Amino acid sequence: MNSIKKHDLATLGACAVLFAIVQTLLFVDFIGPFWELNIILILINVILSVSLNLINGYTGQFSIGHAGFLAVGAYTGAIITVKLGLPFELALVVGTLCSALLGFLIGLPTLRLNGDYLAIATLGLGEIIRICILNIEYVGGASGLMGIPRFTTFAWAFWITVFIIFVIKNFKNSAPGRCCLAIRENEIAAETMGIDTTKYKVMAFTIGAGFAGTAGVLFAHYFYIAHPASFTFMRSFDILTMVVLGGLGSMTGAITGAVLLTAISAVLAEYPEWRMVIYSLTLIILMINRPQGLFGSKELSLKMFRLGGSDNGRATESK
Amino acid sequence: MKSMTKVLSMMCAGLLMASVFAGCGGEKKAGDTIKVGADIDLTGGSASYGKSAQNGIKLAFDQVNAKGGVLGKKMELVVADNKSEAAEATNAMQKLVAQDKVVAVIGPNLSSAVIASTAVNTGAKVLVISPMGTNPNVTVDKDGKTKDFMFRACFIDPFQGTVMAAFAKDTLKAKKVAILIDNSSDYSKGLAQFFETAFVKGGGTIVAKESYLQKDTDFKATLTKIKATNPDMIYVPGYYQEVGMIVKQAREMGLTVPMAGGDGWDSAKLPEIAGKSALNKTFFSSLYSAEDKSELNKNFVAAYKKAYNETPDVFAALAYDSAMLIVNSIKTANSADSVKIKDALAKTAGFNGVAGSVTFDPQHNPVKSAFIIEYKDGAQAFNTKINP
Repeated sequence: MNSIKKHDLATLGACAVLFAIVQTLLFVDFIGPFWELNIILILINVILSVSLNLINGYTGQFSIGHAGFLAVGAYTGAIITVKLGLPFELALVVGTLCSALLGFLIGLPTLRLNGDYLAIATLGLGEIIRICILNIEYVGGASGLMGIPRFTTFAWAFWITVFIIFVIKNFKNSAPGRCCLAIRENEIAAETMGIDTTKYKVMAFTIGAGFAGTAGVLFAHYFYIAHPASFTFMRSFDILTMVVLGGLGSMTGAITGAVLLTAISAVLAEYPEWRMVIYSLTLIILMINRPQGLFGSKELSLKMFRLGGSDNGRATESK
Repeated sequence: MKSMTKVLSMMCAGLLMASVFAGCGGEKKAGDTIKVGADIDLTGGSASYGKSAQNGIKLAFDQVNAKGGVLGKKMELVVADNKSEAAEATNAMQKLVAQDKVVAVIGPNLSSAVIASTAVNTGAKVLVISPMGTNPNVTVDKDGKTKDFMFRACFIDPFQGTVMAAFAKDTLKAKKVAILIDNSSDYSKGLAQFFETAFVKGGGTIVAKESYLQKDTDFKATLTKIKATNPDMIYVPGYYQEVGMIVKQAREMGLTVPMAGGDGWDSAKLPEIAGKSALNKTFFSSLYSAEDKSELNKNFVAAYKKAYNETPDVFAALAYDSAMLIVNSIKTANSADSVKIKDALAKTAGFNGVAGSVTFDPQHNPVKSAFIIEYKDGAQAFNTKINP
């Protein structure tokens, strides 16, 4: 127990160092506005992929409606700051809660489905949310909600991302998290052991949806606009791709997937004609060579880089 | 297995490092070229618009460079894809202004994308011309104040109503006009309102004002009412789906007077729905016609066909004009400084483009020529160009 806490503190320290480095580089203008934008986009995508990983990777439920929750968060957050003139902090909280509430309400009936059926239900859900927004004049309808102030800074995005990763990591290691893992491994066996499968599935789904909402608030307050076209099912697939590429069920995998795909897309902005081709080729090659994703369901940690594979070296890690 | 993971994670790390360095080291100094960016939709829902726009801009710069460039420098085009999406347009705009250090940007085509990316280029003091952003908010903010660095090359939608009123009065010699409005569309209402104002001001009368909704299929009752008022012309500023059925049913009922509308009529589907003969004596207003007989346009169409083997559409023409407007302003300002170009562009008057002459009003909307196109046996034929 003590060593775990120590490990967490060390990680937090490493995060603070990373934050200080990037913040300094931003401050002295070594990282220009274009890369600043993409770093924030990476952080938002990390939140999305980690939260989807909780549903798809840990609990084993195939959800592809994540863009819908992103949209709910983006629009609720924008309504709070633009229409009601309330502070950004409140927008983050309300955006998260609204998304989570919707996730809960939707999760109750749909999570009784599984496999392909759940995928189709969540896909439909994402589209329903988008079409609803498209037809609500209050939030701008098809032309989108404009004039959103830019409140999202690197500091906000970074620490929220760290916080969410921390929460999901701890959730996975908690009793409900273990129940989720059990459901993923074998739902019938889990039920036989007395686990209320629906309860834990809905719990994971609600948390995942809520954090997608947080990402939405950050997204809308960085890009000045919440527009229905940003939340199509292609967006859901993008997030799913990040998770699957990194390795379903691996937190570090989801993070790496998000960082890698967003960075590739940004680097290739120079070659608009080839962008999608190279992007797709990367995916195909990676999937052929690593069908289980970059990390499979393993976690990347410093001990992986040790030669000889010392298996119980965690406590001695000092860095 | 483990070593494989290790190798792959190393590769990822390497790729990331490379990408960061590529990003940071990518700042080239402006040498003997003037860089202009294009933030356009090369993939996604409106990819065909972006492709045409890219062709138009490229052609413009090639022609300028063939004549020796501007201020002794060559024009260089930097293209960034915005995937037909507002957030991506912001991303692309950021790349163009921060990384490529362009002096001006052409695009995006979609109004929502332009409005989303405005903050970026305004912050960097780089001017933007949107070839096809028709929403009034592209160039003015919510309080009606003009956005300093935003321009557009097209006229805003309602202006078409004004143009058609002039055409009805002067060319068709209409005195009594009936209007049929699509009540579910702002576009239609705006056109109708401007048409009415201009037509009444010119001494005409509106004898009937009826409305319908999108997806309606039977217009006979409404048309009977209109027929009873005996109009000289019927103005239907709707979209081709309903317009096709309205024209068809009107002709079946013996209403043979001319009918007219806006660019919502511009579709290859219209002759299929209405029938070729029913469409005779119908007219619509448009931003551009490839059949315009002006010397400038004939040369443009010929050059475009030679380069790309297709007839230029409205997106290509307006993007070409946008590029030429920027070149013209650089010449006038005698400088490649973005703020000076912007000031020169705002003062542009009587600029001759392939889609007609352009003069910017205080809201940065061009006061410009419009084209009237006539349907003849199902084919579009250029009728007149109406100058402001």
